[in-house]
Amino acid sequence: MPLKILVTAKRVEDPESKIKVKPDGSGIVTDGVNYKMNPFDEIAVEEGLRLKEKHGGEVVVASIGGDKSVTEIRAALAMGADRGVLVRHDGPLDPVVVAGILAKVFEREKPDLVLLGKQSIDDDQNQVGQYLADRLALAQGTFASKAESLESEAEQKKQPGLVLSADGKELRVVREVDGGLETLDLTLPAVVTCDLRLNKPRFASLPGIMKAKKKPVEEIPAAALGADLAPKVVVKKLSEPPKRQGGVKVADVAELYGKLKNEAKVL
Amino acid sequence: MANVLIVAEQSGGHLRKATLHALSAGRALSRRTGGALHVVVLGKGIGAIASELAAYGATVHAADAEALAHYTAEAFAPVVADLAKAVGATYVAAPATAFGKDLLPRVGSRLGAATATEVLGFGGDGPTVTFLRPMWAGNVLAEVELATPVKVFTIRPTEFPTAQKEGAGEVKPVAVSVPAQRTRFVDFKELKSERPELTEARAIVSGGRGTKGDFKEIEALADELGAAVGASRAAVDAGWVPNDWQVGQTGKVVAPELYVAAGISGAIQHLAGMKGSKVIVAINKDAEAPIFQLADYGLVGDLFKALPELREKIKAGKS
Repeated sequence: MPLKILVTAKRVEDPESKIKVKPDGSGIVTDGVNYKMNPFDEIAVEEGLRLKEKHGGEVVVASIGGDKSVTEIRAALAMGADRGVLVRHDGPLDPVVVAGILAKVFEREKPDLVLLGKQSIDDDQNQVGQYLADRLALAQGTFASKAESLESEAEQKKQPGLVLSADGKELRVVREVDGGLETLDLTLPAVVTCDLRLNKPRFASLPGIMKAKKKPVEEIPAAALGADLAPKVVVKKLSEPPKRQGGVKVADVAELYGKLKNEAKVL
Repeated sequence: MANVLIVAEQSGGHLRKATLHALSAGRALSRRTGGALHVVVLGKGIGAIASELAAYGATVHAADAEALAHYTAEAFAPVVADLAKAVGATYVAAPATAFGKDLLPRVGSRLGAATATEVLGFGGDGPTVTFLRPMWAGNVLAEVELATPVKVFTIRPTEFPTAQKEGAGEVKPVAVSVPAQRTRFVDFKELKSERPELTEARAIVSGGRGTKGDFKEIEALADELGAAVGASRAAVDAGWVPNDWQVGQTGKVVAPELYVAAGISGAIQHLAGMKGSKVIVAINKDAEAPIFQLADYGLVGDLFKALPELREKIKAGKS
């Protein structure tokens, strides 16, 4: 039962980069900041590839943004995705706008499954999959994880954490929720958002990178899709959070105990 | 008049404590807007929880139905959205837990509303409410406006006090009809623990890569303190400890009175999850570890020596 899978690849600030707010609070300082694919989206791409390797099918990677977002599409193609769709949009991207655009891409592509990161590490909203699932009246499986650890044999063998039913009509998702793991069966097509421990994404190989250059990437202006592009989450001001006054060292455990008991009074 | 609707979180017949934090945020907002405070609780056999909630003075709506026995966003979202319309809610909120974060955007979608995640506080003037929330793993604080008539948000529980009981509110049943579903609940594997939950604990002892997978001393100190056990992402990824022990921006955000980080270097995403703690202790072999920059008390040393020594002193201090 081959699967057609739509995955997302958002261009975000590298999590290793130091994020600083501009003095006027209008945005972040982008000088010297590196960009890469949202790490949660990398997990989505990896899971899409594993499902394709197991069941056959196609992995289509979508990104929304300016010219540079094609870099993240090429990164997913280098990992093994088949083709890309770049929706050109230079305006602000909030979850409502993004879900509206992705719903239009879904209607064009008609995939069996949409895989997204559970959140992007820039705005940390954790909403797009949920908005998209409701808009398309589909089941959602957020925070997809798996029962085995990332050191397990299943992971070494690159087994997908998402399990397709024998008739190919349902997908089993293990969700990481408060206090344990929840399992859901979702009727396909469905929307799944990926959490950290679903898999360890592969690195692109050199031949993969070479092949990616020849894979097709379709570019569509966002306006041509007919989605509502007016921002719904408007950022008024950014600031740096208050800093903690730390940095005090103690010489030994006796001093630590004394401070905790008599100064901090937490024992 | 801008009414406020809070979605209560219950599991297995118990009200989750995070709900009470969300309720106090809802109360603060309703005082500011002059609107009424409503609460909805969904599930099967939730009468006792509804009565418990009523003691906090809000109007409680109880959606009690077989079809809601197991939470799914697909089944719950239409019930919450329809109720939000029926009570004229301008604000719809829930705690920023796995439940709230899964459900509320789907509710927002049904209400044509935008959603703010992990709200830490409110800004703006008078009736114009803005939302303060973290971005970039807590490295940036953003003030956002939701440009839709209805505004949906999830509340970070550690940023708001628990609600106070203020007289009995009314409990009203909600008529529920759930259509055929595309989501089927299979099972829930609870990770049982005798220790307090991370997000509700007074003290937390966390271990990281420096434990090399041996959490015995971490757990022993936690038990001496009556504390919860936490872990860094590195320790969880290595499979040393269960997933839901992870403290960090991508795990649990905690703010206990005492946080002991042992063998944790202090990656940004871990710090984002615990820097709201009242007192932070760091124990690490590496004097240059970033965790020391925000620790109130830093001890450079071997955790396998320091933790048992600290435990013995605490034990001796009690007798």
